[in-house]
Amino acid sequence: MSNIESTHNSYIIQVKDLTKQFGTFTAVDHITFDVRRGEIFGFLGANGAGKTTAMRMLCGLSFPTSGSGTVAGFDVMRQGEKIKSHIGYMSQRFSLYDDLTVMENMQLFGGIYRVGKKEVYSRATEMLQKLEFSSERDTLVGSLPLGWKQKLAFAVATLHRPEIVFLDEPTGGVDPITRRQFWEMIYQASSEGTTIFVTTHYMDEAEYCHRVSMMVDGQIKALDTPTKLKQQYNATSMDEVFRTLARGAKRGD
Amino acid sequence: MTGFLSFVKKETLHILRDPRTMLIALLMPVVQILLFGFAISTEVNNINVAVVVPHWSESVRQSVEKLSSNPYITYQGAIEAGEIDQHLRSGKTDAVVVFAHDYDKVLNEWKLNGNGETAMQFVMDASNTNIAQVGAGYLTNILAANQMSSAMIPETHMLFNPQMKSAFNFVPGIMGMVFILICGILTSVSIVREKETETMDVLLVSPVRPLRIILAKMVPYFILSCINLTSVLLLARYVLEVPMSGNLGAIIVVSLVYIALALALGLLVSTIAKKQVVALLISAAIMLMPIVFLSGIIFPVENMPSVLQPLSSIIPARWYIDAMRKLMIQGIGFIGVLKDFIILCIMTVVIIGIALKNFKDKLE
Repeated sequence: MSNIESTHNSYIIQVKDLTKQFGTFTAVDHITFDVRRGEIFGFLGANGAGKTTAMRMLCGLSFPTSGSGTVAGFDVMRQGEKIKSHIGYMSQRFSLYDDLTVMENMQLFGGIYRVGKKEVYSRATEMLQKLEFSSERDTLVGSLPLGWKQKLAFAVATLHRPEIVFLDEPTGGVDPITRRQFWEMIYQASSEGTTIFVTTHYMDEAEYCHRVSMMVDGQIKALDTPTKLKQQYNATSMDEVFRTLARGAKRGD
Repeated sequence: MTGFLSFVKKETLHILRDPRTMLIALLMPVVQILLFGFAISTEVNNINVAVVVPHWSESVRQSVEKLSSNPYITYQGAIEAGEIDQHLRSGKTDAVVVFAHDYDKVLNEWKLNGNGETAMQFVMDASNTNIAQVGAGYLTNILAANQMSSAMIPETHMLFNPQMKSAFNFVPGIMGMVFILICGILTSVSIVREKETETMDVLLVSPVRPLRIILAKMVPYFILSCINLTSVLLLARYVLEVPMSGNLGAIIVVSLVYIALALALGLLVSTIAKKQVVALLISAAIMLMPIVFLSGIIFPVENMPSVLQPLSSIIPARWYIDAMRKLMIQGIGFIGVLKDFIILCIMTVVIIGIALKNFKDKLE
């Protein structure tokens, strides 16, 4: 790993002075950071800090007002459409289509990302086996518990084997055991080389990340490994680090 | 293309798995056609008539005979002059025919001089203006024929709809409404539903172009509308016996343009509304209400206050319904509806343009 890091290609996201303004309001204020390939990158911040806006720019959903950057080798200013086919995305509320079955959801997203029909089928079957969920492949997603929906949503988001997956508060409202299982899936994907870019409200989850950035009022106030951040802020947990940083925030809920 | 087809399949499944949507989409047009065709009609078939006869003579007897034998009139017998008010008030009687005391004498005077006093009077219950007007017309026709010389009675020909069936009039109107309902309301609700559940975001981060997502959404509703067009035309022709004397090809072409227009309207609403309820309300307010009141389904455009007439011309349904009436009932060719067709085409292009621009603006 260490020798790859020195090459340029080892970064899947490189962003410099990325800014998004809505009228006079600066939602994201000159953020600069890099994400390495295969890394689990935690993107933290209070509500209203600008996380979602920043993430939308990285996903090609929204054009930056100024700044520059690349995601998966494509320019965020000009190649939004190309970025889209190289990333996976799972949002907090998205739990697939309730009125489609597990398999139909997988086929839909396989089709959208242009994975061949047979390939979708074999990947889906393999994923369901891994999740020990094969018996439910023809069940309507709507009748599954939330925890399962979220796990399936992650499986679907990685079905087309994207280089990087953006997870927007993926474990919101899920019980601790399922959250634990969910993070095992994240680690599994990461060990297979997929980069994970995750936002979360749970500070214990921040500890699971390789590196963590803390956003306050549209700016990145801190970025390092959880261990180093705790040392730097003289804290015993990420929760304390977050509180120390967020104390100066002007925006809030 | 695989992406597009996956989307079409998904939308189709959404529709098929939602019994309410299916019910609205497929059953509603049939029910409306049958309801308007049979149950609801503006024709007046049965008028309850009583008579007041101060003095029975042979000519009075003949007139009363004519009334009682007419299929549109239910003869209720003779009553006293003092009972008129009570009978009309109770609602059992719609009209009372009062013969003059010296009916025979007045009649003779008319025959000799060509003028004279009033021989009879109709007292109508005008709480339902339609029944009162039509009823007075019937009574005049039936009874006056007795009095005037036959040269004075105009011979009336009812062209295109000789039996004056109101169903003929309703079929084009219902078509104008049904396609707006299915294409406009259902599409807008289905797009807004994805915004509400935030699945739209997930679709937008996918490599599929937004325009394709929208087009894919419209395909199943377009097919649904074609099924409805078929069923409505079949019902109209074989159950309601609407003549369909015009060019069938023209009926279909004009309808397809109208369906495209309705889909574009749905898209336009979906770019404005953020919640399904809002989409529904906007659709009802800007699409359904004006169609019912201003397109001429129920109230003829010519009868509207002059302020409202120009307003009605911006309602697409007005032109569509007008074209359908001409094609289905009057049986004129495509050339006859060219104006309606061109107006509809222009409206479609304009609405698609606005909707797409709005849609793109909202994305960013």
